[in-house]
Amino acid sequence: MTADAMTDSMQTAAPMDRVLFGDNQFFGVNHMSEDKARAQAMRFQDTQAIIDVLDAAYAEGIRTFMCTTHDRMAEICDHFRVHAYRYPDYRFYPCMPYAHKYANAVTEHGMIEALRMFLPQDGALSAMLKGGVALAGKDVESIMQLLIDAEMKMFEGLSTPVVFMQNVITDLLLGLRMDDTFRMFHDHVRQRYGAEPGFITMNVPRLLDVLDRLGIDNPIVCANINKIGFRMCGGIALYEETLRTRRFRPVAMSVLASGAIAPREAIEYVCAQARIEAIVFGASSRANIRQTKALIDELTAAAA
Amino acid sequence: MIRTAIVGLGKMGLSHLAILRAHPDLDVVAGCDSSGYLTDILVKYSGLRCHSDLDRLLENERLDALVVATPSKLHVGMVEKALRRGLHVFCEKPFVLDPQDGERLAALAESTKRVNQVGYHFRFVGAFKEAARIVRSGALGPVHHVRAEAYGPVVLRPKGSTWRSAKAEGGGALYDYACHAVDLVNFVAGVPDGVDGIVRHGVFSQDVDDEIYCTLRYDSGASGQLCVNWSDESFRKMSTRISVWGPRGRLIADRQECQVYLREPHPELPGFAKGWTSRYTTDLTEEVWYYLRGEEYSAQIDYFAKSILAGRLDGENTFRSALAADHLVSMIAGLTGGSTPPPRPAPAGKGMLARLFK
Repeated sequence: MTADAMTDSMQTAAPMDRVLFGDNQFFGVNHMSEDKARAQAMRFQDTQAIIDVLDAAYAEGIRTFMCTTHDRMAEICDHFRVHAYRYPDYRFYPCMPYAHKYANAVTEHGMIEALRMFLPQDGALSAMLKGGVALAGKDVESIMQLLIDAEMKMFEGLSTPVVFMQNVITDLLLGLRMDDTFRMFHDHVRQRYGAEPGFITMNVPRLLDVLDRLGIDNPIVCANINKIGFRMCGGIALYEETLRTRRFRPVAMSVLASGAIAPREAIEYVCAQARIEAIVFGASSRANIRQTKALIDELTAAAA
Repeated sequence: MIRTAIVGLGKMGLSHLAILRAHPDLDVVAGCDSSGYLTDILVKYSGLRCHSDLDRLLENERLDALVVATPSKLHVGMVEKALRRGLHVFCEKPFVLDPQDGERLAALAESTKRVNQVGYHFRFVGAFKEAARIVRSGALGPVHHVRAEAYGPVVLRPKGSTWRSAKAEGGGALYDYACHAVDLVNFVAGVPDGVDGIVRHGVFSQDVDDEIYCTLRYDSGASGQLCVNWSDESFRKMSTRISVWGPRGRLIADRQECQVYLREPHPELPGFAKGWTSRYTTDLTEEVWYYLRGEEYSAQIDYFAKSILAGRLDGENTFRSALAADHLVSMIAGLTGGSTPPPRPAPAGKGMLARLFK
């Protein structure tokens, strides 16, 4: 496929905003420092503090919130439903699941019992698992659909044009070679939610090989893309080549490599990778949001 | 290609399986678990051949290596069967519940010259490797105190139905969080000679400990503290930290960063100024070929594969090394006396360690 044809096809798909707002800072995730993570967890334990930052980002023109399906997201969704008139063009990109919720439950209750806890309590599948009956046909597809629906419940009535599979699940399924599960996720997100499925991964080239084989065309793939090659498995050279030559819609995350790269240098690098469609970043102060957004706007225009 | 199988497909087992199947030098020929539900799914959706018990796996597959990720009490029998068939073995931690079994298995692996490794993945975390390097450099001076802490939100309610809540099966925070913290002390500061002041307590659990505190003793006069609590909801996930004090400085390391305070620069530690120096995970982490949950999980499997290919029998996390952690855990559990010194493995840089503790 030629670069022109790629560009054409990208334009036919619903475009993403150039700048997406991330949520790690709200939920005590910081890849550099546990102390910083705790300080952030304290600051954002009041949901209003999160909403204030989202409002600041909105005022700076950021209209997409790429968020983990953390339990606390439900309260944030409530706010956006109640005050929908204030955010007429606001979109959520749910990233599912919040894996620690499942991992801790599996350690405490075992795999089958944990699964039952997250499935609808009144459902037939849950009843069968409860009774210790193995599922006829080992129907992973129905289980996955129910789990997706459970995670999506909090977003009811809100715009969710892209739904992501979190990297810990993407990369687990990728390593296990349970390739068909990507197709199941893809189909359910499209059919049930009319949304575009996305995949977060730390292993872009390997994932694209599988998605290609499955015939999933031009997928949205979100991954670490940064100048120092931090968590870019396969190496920065292979990533750059992949970005130039493979057909997918890249979303760059961890562009600042948790602060290891100076902002201008970091964003210059990402903007120089011509086919990156969107950049996700998280920040806690209006000044930082403004600075990063302005840098992306400036360097995107300069690279065009 | 190293023909490999894995037995035990729980949470860690599935994570290992994903990493094993992604490794270019490993050919994962089969899996094994007693849960038919799980193996049926793997057979159907991933094409992996699966067996319901280890004997059947060993009889039917031609193997070079076995990864054991079953509940802890099953390790001994499975590791022994694998070694007796001449396989290289990677075993999840803790290695064994009874150190006498561990002695036998370590001797068997050594005499048959099989690669043997235990899944203490913190030894593959960049910041902890850096901490061990700094202590071994001698820059802090002879260590006089070490503190290892591990906190997290695993058991938050008074119930639990898995093997992890059963003492006889190697459940409880002692055989989970605490053995990681103990091994980290062994790795960074050297193996303690005894333990006392032991506090073990169930915060929510009936049968097992949710928190463990004790004092670690070195014959040199140095001391340590172990603080473990897996019933702490204020942590998002397991958080482990080690602090080391010497007369010339101090270091603190967790998964993300290694901070060092030096009273004076030291010739063995170029690049570290007087006062504080911080090194972050972004500088300290070596790239892996495949990432799932953390570089260290992939790095330890890669190390295992490279050990097999290179015939390396004295690498990181050998059975002998993990046994030192088992001995200490056994003392903390009150199963062996705290005054009995655990046999010391021969650590890398042994001369320096010996010097530090004299």
